[in-house]
Amino acid sequence: MAMTESPLDTSNIDQEQLLASAEKGTSLWADAWVRLRKNRLALVGLAILVFLTVVSILTPWIAPYGYEVQDLALGASAPSREHWFGTDIFGRDLLTRVMYGGRMSLAVGFVATGVALVIGVLWGTVAGYAGGRVDAVMMRIVDILYALPFMIFIILLMVVFGRNILLLFLAIGAVEWLTMARIVRSQVQSLRKQEFIEAAYSLGLSRWRIIHRHLIPNTLGPVIVYTTLTIPSVMLLEAFLSFLGLGVQPPASSWGLLINNGVETMEEYPWLLIFPGLALSITLFSLNFLGDGLRDALDPRASKD
Amino acid sequence: MALLDVSNLKVHFHTRNGVTRAVDDVSFSLDAGETLGIVGESGSGKSVTCYSLLGLIPMPPGKIESGTALFNGEDLLNCGEKRLAQIRGDDIAVIFQDPMTCLNPYLTIGEQLIEPLTYHRNIDRKAAKERAVEMLREVGIKAPERRYDSYPHELSGGMRQRVMIAMALIAEPKLLICDEPTTALDVTIQAQILKLIRELQQRHGVAVIFVTHDLAVVSQVADRVLVMNQGKVVETGNTRQLFANPQRAYTRKLIAAIPTGSKAQPRVQDEAPLLAVEHLKTWFRDYSVGYFSARRHPEVGHIKAVDDISLHINRHEILGIVGESGSGKSTLGRAILGLAPVTGGQINYRGERIDQLGNRQRKPLRQQMQMIFQDPYASLNPRMTIFETLAEPLLVHGLATRKTVTAQVLALMDDVGLARNYIRKYPHEFSGGQRQRIAVGRAIATKPEFIVADEPVSALDVTIQAQILDLILDLVDKHNLTMMFISHDLSVVRYIADRVLVMHHGKVIEEGKTESLWTAPAEDYTRQLLAAIPRFEVDAPAHNL
Repeated sequence: MAMTESPLDTSNIDQEQLLASAEKGTSLWADAWVRLRKNRLALVGLAILVFLTVVSILTPWIAPYGYEVQDLALGASAPSREHWFGTDIFGRDLLTRVMYGGRMSLAVGFVATGVALVIGVLWGTVAGYAGGRVDAVMMRIVDILYALPFMIFIILLMVVFGRNILLLFLAIGAVEWLTMARIVRSQVQSLRKQEFIEAAYSLGLSRWRIIHRHLIPNTLGPVIVYTTLTIPSVMLLEAFLSFLGLGVQPPASSWGLLINNGVETMEEYPWLLIFPGLALSITLFSLNFLGDGLRDALDPRASKD
Repeated sequence: MALLDVSNLKVHFHTRNGVTRAVDDVSFSLDAGETLGIVGESGSGKSVTCYSLLGLIPMPPGKIESGTALFNGEDLLNCGEKRLAQIRGDDIAVIFQDPMTCLNPYLTIGEQLIEPLTYHRNIDRKAAKERAVEMLREVGIKAPERRYDSYPHELSGGMRQRVMIAMALIAEPKLLICDEPTTALDVTIQAQILKLIRELQQRHGVAVIFVTHDLAVVSQVADRVLVMNQGKVVETGNTRQLFANPQRAYTRKLIAAIPTGSKAQPRVQDEAPLLAVEHLKTWFRDYSVGYFSARRHPEVGHIKAVDDISLHINRHEILGIVGESGSGKSTLGRAILGLAPVTGGQINYRGERIDQLGNRQRKPLRQQMQMIFQDPYASLNPRMTIFETLAEPLLVHGLATRKTVTAQVLALMDDVGLARNYIRKYPHEFSGGQRQRIAVGRAIATKPEFIVADEPVSALDVTIQAQILDLILDLVDKHNLTMMFISHDLSVVRYIADRVLVMHHGKVIEEGKTESLWTAPAEDYTRQLLAAIPRFEVDAPAHNL
């Protein structure tokens, strides 16, 4: 039978290599990595994030000063050779505080978002795929949680369990997954009517396999975009809670807290705002570049259009 | 002087992968009152040709590289966006393919009908409404005064297409461009719409450009025809003469691909039925009827997609199911595979009852009963490579191990005629026909006995359609398959099926051996259906040379 359909150009691909790589099961992610490596902006973002994470982890050993060390005689001083980022009004080294702040902010950002991501995607997929009564009950639970005033929820948690960083992660994660669940559910609802899901079902695949092999990979685009939006909002949420006295307390710090303090003395000591602000902005930029890159890399169709 | 004179039109699309020559040096002309058919397969540039005249192609990536299009002496390609907007809808009107998506769901029919009048002609609303009602009557819509205030979703597909035609003609254009106007419609509706377009054209003296992939339709409506392939004009001429005596190999190939006649030879069948369906009913709740009244009066409160159908399929038989959209033919196939609910009746497979099995009990059956879906664009997971798509059924049913799976997938790809080095590609990198080959490969991966094919070639071009049909016939022979072949296209069914079942409104109208049903249909409905198929009409071949 003649093949009149447009032939694909495969001449430059080594067939052996092709077959070998076909045998690896996780080809979507392997392909995504190959494609991501071609996206320079995303790689820069990834490199910066890795760098910041490593610095945060190593902070207790590499920080130039202790985070609680004060030098009241020094007061707020501009950046100098001893204090690269300057000092705050209590004479604490700002570089040290930014480094310790990064530990807190990155941890909150990644852990709380990770919690939101896992719960939200699973919840949304199951609700959207099951449909009917299961869907109704699951989404009403989401609605109820949405309706709870967030602040009261957190204050109650704090009152009952005492102030605890882990609790903070939990509280923020518990709020952020709701939106994720809704986004994923609506995606899944439109996906599950498509024929390839029906085809998977008629092949005799188990429900779980359909969910994790066919549904979730196809929701990744919006999920990644929303995740890159969630991380900064979580960091800012932490700053807000700390500002209210519900999160981190000085002398411990976070970027949000430092920025809040910096704003108060912006006119006299601008470096107190500039450096933590820079740290946060660079992180968010890197996240966005990486997120865009990931979204394109995970969509096989995006590479050629 | 010609009404429209297009010469040396070149339209290129500039994409990241280079330049696509969508329209490559096309010239044609059209007189007032004449009908020009443009035929070609998808991607041949037939639609782009028309849309670039009206400035309706996306630019960029599209770019009109050169050419002129003189409409009444005015160059459409060079007259500016503002003038073009005046011409569109006033002098040149377009009927699009899909009547479902081309009407604004939030506006009434009337609102949309009078828009060109109030916009182009400054006619006041009252006069415009009178004209609109008159137009609706002319395109054969009953009670036009009432329909004027209807919303699009309240109309059927055929009625919507009539409204689209009314909309196109209401401003009395000189040129009407029809882009596959009947492709989305049932065959009986198609016949009505084609007749309507012909009548209106004669009455109003409009010139028509009729774009379609369907040669039979073109042979019915067009005075002259332009055959296009890969952006170029293959040949052009008087419709009947050209089709009777095609000069180019491509045209001959197109004509040869029209499914004609019946199967070469009926297959040897066992008389033992593999599948027997008795009094099958699949009813869906009609949500416009309240819950309690639906309970009390199930006859009223349900849509009877499949209503009391009995059939049997013998081993190694291909049973064709034909019917128009909404006849319940797809639901029937799905119910047999357990993809649609069964309200009543029995399904027996190899003498065992299967309609009451749960999901888990059905798993071994799913290996033996497979389905090929209509839309090769939607039935493949866009994020799985061909390898993953074909390996999945093998692994899930334990028919392959990690070690043997690659070899088995390659064998499958050979079976369905896909080159081996495509194994790592994703669905979007393939053409429609190749995707359908993948889908067929997935269906036969588990070595099933029984396959339901639901309109497997309806979304494909005619030459590709012929290839896929032959592939299916080959595989049926090679693997001794039994098949239920569902289609709205009667010629396709005639080509492939041993026996045919005609469905209408959830019921079986007629059943019989394919040829006897074609030559001597017993029921009126079947006769209507057969009469509505557009015939491929040509003059007797001229015996020159």
